[in-house]
Amino acid sequence: MITSLFFYLFAAITIASGLMVITARNPVHAVLFLILAFFNAAGLFVLMGAEFLAMLLVVVYVGAVAVLFLFVVMMLDIDYANMREGFQRHLPLGLIVGGVLLVELLVIFAGPGTTIGVADVDLTRSNTAQIGDVIYTEYLYLFQLAGMILLVAMIGAITLTMRHREGVKRQSIALQNARTREETVALVSVENNQAPESILPNNKDQSKVLR
Amino acid sequence: MGVTAFFPAIAEIFLAGVSIVLVLAAAFGGEDGKASGLMRKLAVASLIITGILVASYGNTPSLAFGHLFMTSPFMVYMKLLVLFGATIILLMSRGHVAADNINRPEFPLLILLSVLGMMVLISSNDLMVLYMGIELQSLPLYVIAAMRRDSVRSSEAGLKYFLLGALSSGLLLYGASLIYGFTGSTNYGEIASSLSQDVLNGGVSSGAVIGIVFLISGMAFKISAAPFHMWTPDVYEGSPTIVTAFFAVVPKLAAMSLFLRVTYGMLGSASDSWQQVVVAIAMASMIIGALGAIMQTDLKRLMAYSSIAHMGYALVGMASAQAEGISAVMIYMAIYIVSSIGIFALILTLSREGTAVTKINDLAGYSRTHPLYAACMLIFLFSMAGIPPLGGFFGKWFVFSAAVNAGLVPLAVFGVLSSVIGAFYYIRIIKVMYVDDVADALDQPDRRTNGMIILSMAVITALMVFVLSSLREGIMGTLPYIAFIAG
Repeated sequence: MITSLFFYLFAAITIASGLMVITARNPVHAVLFLILAFFNAAGLFVLMGAEFLAMLLVVVYVGAVAVLFLFVVMMLDIDYANMREGFQRHLPLGLIVGGVLLVELLVIFAGPGTTIGVADVDLTRSNTAQIGDVIYTEYLYLFQLAGMILLVAMIGAITLTMRHREGVKRQSIALQNARTREETVALVSVENNQAPESILPNNKDQSKVLR
Repeated sequence: MGVTAFFPAIAEIFLAGVSIVLVLAAAFGGEDGKASGLMRKLAVASLIITGILVASYGNTPSLAFGHLFMTSPFMVYMKLLVLFGATIILLMSRGHVAADNINRPEFPLLILLSVLGMMVLISSNDLMVLYMGIELQSLPLYVIAAMRRDSVRSSEAGLKYFLLGALSSGLLLYGASLIYGFTGSTNYGEIASSLSQDVLNGGVSSGAVIGIVFLISGMAFKISAAPFHMWTPDVYEGSPTIVTAFFAVVPKLAAMSLFLRVTYGMLGSASDSWQQVVVAIAMASMIIGALGAIMQTDLKRLMAYSSIAHMGYALVGMASAQAEGISAVMIYMAIYIVSSIGIFALILTLSREGTAVTKINDLAGYSRTHPLYAACMLIFLFSMAGIPPLGGFFGKWFVFSAAVNAGLVPLAVFGVLSSVIGAFYYIRIIKVMYVDDVADALDQPDRRTNGMIILSMAVITALMVFVLSSLREGIMGTLPYIAFIAG
């Protein structure tokens, strides 16, 4: 009873916030509604006993993807009013595609003669523990490959975006620490009423440090 | 489980370890120009060591990492071809990376990681590993296509390749999920036995057939076979030429090997459900490759259409669904990469007053200014066109005879006709080189590495006829193990 109550609560909020994502005028609001939809979908997963998926959804989609969207929305100069123009024109096509998907889902789940088999699961242990059993043993190879793919993504992002600009003055702590007293401090005896010829022994060293 | 359990995968483990070490070397290696030269040498050395490891540990058919990884003589052959192609391309890249403004230590590193993905792909024995391998192979390719940041064309090529590659990965993943749903396993061997059970019980379920078609579409994207070829000309033209050379040779091998492995191994018993799809893709690729190339004026675009057509010919062999077809495709791919490497090494040397040129008309009178290179180009183009006694003729001969022996006579006739059309544009280049007047003489190439590569590839293409029969017998000798690719 309570479960189905919560199911309808989560499902209703998910659908409502999903609608708000595509209708909200302000793109920042749209992203916030998207986050709300993710949270409620995570709630639905918890109700089904898939707590690991729920955690992933919150960590990955809310924690990373939605924040990324927020950054994009706030940082990039995109004319959202312009993007919205095609909405009316593309609506019929969207409705047709959505309708086809709905019919297909109905055929699969409610059609005659279809039985959706579910693998036998050990219900005595949580599915986080069950994934933990296999991910570093049976699926070690896949786990390591996923790591290599993430490494490639990192290298690729750096390669495509990092630029070395000429003439930018950066602080180099190693160089600063490597300076000795001799090359930075000079004792100059200054005559009365006369400007010293140079205060620093040579200006080259200083420019090197600053670079 | 002892350490020996990992020995079949020792080459992959070595390559992964080396790439991680080289990431650090690239990060702390100092200036880009100097570090990338060192990186290229280290990458070549590690590819050679990987090749030795593959040859010495992979030949006995065995499994590792549970049932996720498999090695067999067929896979060793394909991996050695991949490593050979990647090594030559890296050697060729000397000097050209600087000209193309991609002289950074990440370039050899990304090639290494992509090769690692290809080896994983070739050795995959599970749909999950297949997907991981495809992604690990493709991601570095997207990056190196877009690596020339000052060029809009290069960025466009990278973006286009990335979007269409992501789409094809989606198709492939959807197909894999359907196959998993209808057979109950992601393991190739278990899928094969489940499907053969279905065949005995009156036919493969339509859900699995849809999955198979999606999977084949995804793989056809990766080998750029029609009707999934749209990205190829733009990506080939926009990328830096050395990257195009890599695209034309190495990823094709890995994807073709996977294609063979999946169709013959995993879906071998259900050949009725994929044979017609492969026949259709082969016919479309051959004719689109032949007709599309006729109007091209750019050598790189022309090579893109040429590679589409050649993938079509290779698929003719695969469509036969018989052991003879496997050996034909294996030989065809070897001949294809040798000629392609030669042509791209030659395109890389073309420049006028220091600026690289890639138009066909730039070759006017090439035979008088560069007689030796023109002769090599003649050999490559005749081989690609399939004129005896060069390697390419025998490659085509093997795939067409495999198709005829499997009863696919119309397909073979269609293939011969489109290869006649294809011969037109290869011979047009020869006409430009040998008959047309010299317009503006091209520079004399001064890079000795490329000259060596061009000459040796030309010699291999010309003399291949003497080793082909023994190569074919050698491959046929390992064919009993092809049964092992079914798992």
